[in-house]
Amino acid sequence: MKIVVCVKQVPDTETRVKVAASGDAISETDVGSWIVSPYDEFAIEEALRIKEAKGGEVVAVTAGPDRAQAALRTALAMGADSAVHVKDAALEASDALGTARALAAAIRTLVPVDLVLCGQQGVGGDNSQVPAMLAELLDLPQVTVAVKVEVGDGKATVEREVEGGRETWETPLPAVVSAQKGLNEPRYASLKGIMGAKKKPVHVVDLAGLGLDAAAVAPRVKVAALELPPARPAVRLIEGDPEGQAKELIRLLHEEAKVI
Amino acid sequence: MATILTFAEHRDGKLRRSSLEVVSEARRLASPLGATVSTVLIGPGGEALAGEVASYGADEVRVFDDAAFGSYATEAWAAALGQAIADTKPSVVLVPFTSLGKDMAPRVAAKVGAGLASDCVGLEVKGGRLVGRRPVYAGKAYATVEWAGEPQMATLRPNVFPLGTKDPSRQAAVVKATASPSARAKVTAVRATAQGKVQLTEAQIIVSGGRGLKGPENFHLVEGLAEAMGAAVGASRAVVDAGWVDHQLQVGQTGKTVSPSLYVACGISGAIQHLAGMSSSKYIVAINKDKDAPIFKVADYGIVGDVFEVLPKLTAAAKAHLASRG
Repeated sequence: MKIVVCVKQVPDTETRVKVAASGDAISETDVGSWIVSPYDEFAIEEALRIKEAKGGEVVAVTAGPDRAQAALRTALAMGADSAVHVKDAALEASDALGTARALAAAIRTLVPVDLVLCGQQGVGGDNSQVPAMLAELLDLPQVTVAVKVEVGDGKATVEREVEGGRETWETPLPAVVSAQKGLNEPRYASLKGIMGAKKKPVHVVDLAGLGLDAAAVAPRVKVAALELPPARPAVRLIEGDPEGQAKELIRLLHEEAKVI
Repeated sequence: MATILTFAEHRDGKLRRSSLEVVSEARRLASPLGATVSTVLIGPGGEALAGEVASYGADEVRVFDDAAFGSYATEAWAAALGQAIADTKPSVVLVPFTSLGKDMAPRVAAKVGAGLASDCVGLEVKGGRLVGRRPVYAGKAYATVEWAGEPQMATLRPNVFPLGTKDPSRQAAVVKATASPSARAKVTAVRATAQGKVQLTEAQIIVSGGRGLKGPENFHLVEGLAEAMGAAVGASRAVVDAGWVDHQLQVGQTGKTVSPSLYVACGISGAIQHLAGMSSSKYIVAINKDKDAPIFKVADYGIVGDVFEVLPKLTAAAKAHLASRG
């Protein structure tokens, strides 16, 4: 089996977001550390487990600036075999569709591919768009927000999380599957894995190398401004014994806030 | 005349509230855009719901009611919405940001080459163009977004856009439409989970528990209060990662981002990734024994106290309140 895993490098989830001077992006100098988007770690782990059970290879793919190569190295250290880094100045302002077009073009250079795994959402942008867009662009079936994946002969059975339940989906392969928390417990890269990752191949390619131009990835949705959420009013502490506090809180929620 | 196309989800003969919120918002945007509202209903039984969709503001209802659209399949639904876009050439396409909308909308956007802004919490019209507001970094920041080209596609967060005033005298023209219902990936089984009673992302009230509960055996205190208040149950990442509750309950940056009318945080200190997921709630109550806990920085009402003492009293008070209202 040949499995492609799409990864995105994002700011650590403990980051206190600050707005850059440009007013339309976060201040990257205030990002403490960059990590692999947590949902992508579930995708990498699932790819490795399938490879361990069925044999084959895992290729990690990212679209991003120079620093994004660290995310590929993490995937390689966990056990991916090789990586593709789509790097182009035109991608820096891109939206989900532009990113999906770049990733789809990169994946086309890797065919035949049996399975494309992604995280269900890149934390930060929080778009949850790239996996379904990839499926459309590659003309593949999709199952998103997967919490269980079983790969059979030319097909997969996938459990997908929806409001209030789980759906079981059957899909022929190749397909695009996006990973939700709960799918597995991602492994930590071993020291041996980290050392070995340095020797694994990372193929760097620009848009022209994939037959795309800047117009193909030009954003259809642009961030015009970024701002921090408005400050909330100061807390009103309720005094008294637990019973009195409880009654007063219910009274306030009913009479003042009018939410119960 | 320009068209705003909306997608409405229905199941078992009922429209979902979030879909009616989307129709209501489309109606609100229709006059500054000088547009009519057309709503797409996919699946058998759609025509019977045309009146209700019209009462919230649709001028036209496009029904894909071929029996083959029996249960949701991404490719078939995307083909139908894509067909409706090709037929109506809308300037704006609005879809609820539900499990289904989140799965389908990006596929449609890629199909028609449209820009899609996910999880919008505000929309307005400036100079004849749509301007959106959406949380990023799970709400640590808000982005103002603009579209290039058309259609301008957006998914709308449930529970944020108000329902319009229902006008039962409004009528909509019903257009029967067809598209290929074929799909490779298909649903073969659906299983409801235990937490399925009140949905986190659509709940008006959420009661969440954290590490202050000390162990899974005490989580019933949170569940009891939630039940008394008719609320959904949530949890912090710490207790999900510790295996006390299912990850579906997790509120925060790697869980659900929620905006209920009331969020009650019990024994939750307020890690930054948790605050990101709930600080857009209308009212926040914090119950924590540590008066310096960060959760009090975002709370409207706070009780500095022991959850083991406060929660049973609060559950009793909530029950008494409900009983007094009959």
